[in-house]
Amino acid sequence: MYCNTFGRFACRVFRESRFQCPMNKGQGTMSKRLATWTSCKHYKQFLERHLSNLKFMGVATRLVQHVRTVSHSTLDPAEVRKFQAMANKWWDLQGDFAALHSLNDLRVPFIRDNLLNVHSVHPISKPLAGLRILDVGCGGGLLTEPLGRLGAVVLGIDPVEDNVRIAELHASHDPVLQDHVQYRACTLEELADEEEEHFDAVLASEVLEHLADLDTFIHCCHCVLKPGGSLFITTINRTQLSYVSSIVLAEWLLRIVPGGTHDWDKFITPVELERLLESSGFCVESLRGMFYNPACGAWSWQKSTAVNYALHALKQRAEPQQDHIQPESDGLDASAHTDGPHQYNIRTAGRDTHTHTT
Amino acid sequence: SQKLSGVTLSNLFVTRGFVSSENAEESGKADSDVYDIIISGGGMVGTAMACSVGFDPNLQGSKILLLEAGSKKEMDKAPDVYSTRVSSISPGSATLLSLGAWDHIVNLRCKPYQKMQVWDACSDALITFDKENLQDEMAYVVENDVIVAALTKQLHALSDQVEVQYRTKVVKYTWPRPYHAVTSIPWVKVTLADGRTLKTKLLIGADGSNSMVRREAGIPTVKWNYDQSAVVAVLHLSEPTENNVAWQRFLPTGPIAMLPLSDRESSLVWSTSHQHAEELLQMDEESFVDAINSAFWSNENQSELVEAAGSLFRAALSFLMPDGTSTRQLPPSVAGVGPKSRVMFPLGMGHASEYIRHRVALIGDAAHRVHPLAGQGANLGFGDVSCLARVLSQAAFNGKDLGEMQHLLEYETERQRHNLPMMAATDLMKRLYSTNAAPMVLLRTLGIQATNALPPLKEQIIAYASK
Repeated sequence: MYCNTFGRFACRVFRESRFQCPMNKGQGTMSKRLATWTSCKHYKQFLERHLSNLKFMGVATRLVQHVRTVSHSTLDPAEVRKFQAMANKWWDLQGDFAALHSLNDLRVPFIRDNLLNVHSVHPISKPLAGLRILDVGCGGGLLTEPLGRLGAVVLGIDPVEDNVRIAELHASHDPVLQDHVQYRACTLEELADEEEEHFDAVLASEVLEHLADLDTFIHCCHCVLKPGGSLFITTINRTQLSYVSSIVLAEWLLRIVPGGTHDWDKFITPVELERLLESSGFCVESLRGMFYNPACGAWSWQKSTAVNYALHALKQRAEPQQDHIQPESDGLDASAHTDGPHQYNIRTAGRDTHTHTT
Repeated sequence: SQKLSGVTLSNLFVTRGFVSSENAEESGKADSDVYDIIISGGGMVGTAMACSVGFDPNLQGSKILLLEAGSKKEMDKAPDVYSTRVSSISPGSATLLSLGAWDHIVNLRCKPYQKMQVWDACSDALITFDKENLQDEMAYVVENDVIVAALTKQLHALSDQVEVQYRTKVVKYTWPRPYHAVTSIPWVKVTLADGRTLKTKLLIGADGSNSMVRREAGIPTVKWNYDQSAVVAVLHLSEPTENNVAWQRFLPTGPIAMLPLSDRESSLVWSTSHQHAEELLQMDEESFVDAINSAFWSNENQSELVEAAGSLFRAALSFLMPDGTSTRQLPPSVAGVGPKSRVMFPLGMGHASEYIRHRVALIGDAAHRVHPLAGQGANLGFGDVSCLARVLSQAAFNGKDLGEMQHLLEYETERQRHNLPMMAATDLMKRLYSTNAAPMVLLRTLGIQATNALPPLKEQIIAYASK
């Protein structure tokens, strides 16, 4: 934990330092995006060189590995290659993605019910009618299609073009889906430029653990959401138990998912995620743990978020800026005002004085 | 072993392919003619299914179609003459039909009964079932035509939800290809006699015991013929009675049952050998009536040994449980038979080993066929309807593709768990009562007397049959 925090801090420190990516020198913004994946590599090497000095100071070497590469792109090229190889298997209900198919039993009701809580009542057969949803990392469209059937207009995006092709093909036969579901092969950053404040909900299900840059990702989610919009995340916690279950059991022993699907270092704890979300302008509404039973292939809710968890956050509506110093003549004593944290004593009749710090 | 990666234990058993499926030439553009549900077969169970899904709030906006080979059955008021084929509708089925159709049935014609007496011809053993104090109805006797007409009327009220095509015969079904043939149409194709082709996301087979859906899907069926045919007729009673009791007597040749239709009329269901059934049909009315009365009343089949053992056991039971014995009542005597109302049909047992496939579900007689001695055939079908409707409703609320195996498996598991014990018990009863051999007679005599003496056991039996 300490290493992680220090690592991230170190990252930010170094980012502000005089590092210049050799690839980016002298190139315009157009080709900058093309070069970002290589800048990841160079940045990482720079970081390793600098941080290796810390080894002598007794800092654990895993520090480097804990750090996600800070770059302008959230994509990790290795992850992209991994999913390209699996593209044709999305819709095999007993195949590699079987666990994701059965995860719909939890995540579709979770999304549907939380959206119904936030938005007004819709006709019961199309509970999500009128809502625009963005499914980031939609893969073959496993989560996109059920939400489209529930009446929402869903845009599914995925950086792997093969996935988008498979998803489009699968949805092409169903006239209901044709009206509600659309796919695009792009990344969230590319979309964020065009579609500001466009969506009622953004879904990032089983995506965060495959990303290179979480900060940018969350920031882009914030951009594309309408104020008061919902962000739904399902991902894996980074605990010893999750290492045992998600890597050892799921990948090596039981082969529930293909080997190499997950990288434990990329898992994120709910606390870190909450902190990140709240610093990016979200307010976490609900957090629930999920449990996968390999014997029957079914998911269920549980209290503990030790392995898998689902999270619902709302984008804060922008509040009108308030001046910190607003002494009101009745009841407020601003005499304690100082240069530091502003303090004023609110004195109300018959009650004790409360000290309020802004 | 690479193939097994990602396959859970439960999924190992769920690899049901189709016997044959054709590669569709068309691909690409979505066809606006894709139905969400097509129900093949517009009998009691098929029409009830159409009503249930039509009424369901989660399935509003779905395209539903009912295909029926016969013509539309409408009935504004009950005809003067009772029709021959009737069913005993349990309270559970009545609840299902209470989505509007039950009111139509009550307005047309139905007869509740409060008590049932079942007794043996080879001994004095008998068992009576009744709801406490004869207050509640045990079940209702309704003509099949009335049920279909009431459901049809209800369906008419749902005409913007459910489309019905009468006099439409299906000639071929084409099954969907598995997932990896991504370019082919993933729906079930239904080819009609007039050449049209329809596509659907879920095909529900409600086309009776000779189901074409089941046959074409290649679903293995466990079935055998009983060497029995059932003779059904409408009987006129000698004198009007309260007629709220259902009677069934097990003769060596098979059970004979009389179900009340009104104060003066009852329905006969006599299961007997093929030869005897033909004889009964050929007889003139008077001989037929005599045969029925003597079947219910005569005691010629009883052996002394069994009689002695039976009365001894009964004495012991009446000592232990004073309320546990019932006096035998005699059914009302029959005076005449309704004109041209004698019909016979062969009996058999059938059970589809799978009720579902990808995008296919079987309900009613297409999935299971029982002996009428327990009066459960229609009720099992209605139970299938209510379970499948519930499962589909929940699936639609979760945004699922209606033809997906996962929730269809839920339906199959639940219904097989209910239907199989019932069918096994019915078959067992039929075999147990098909013999004259003294040991079996003794066994069933004592068994029936013991069951009669145990109200909790009887209540369990009634509860199970009433679902």
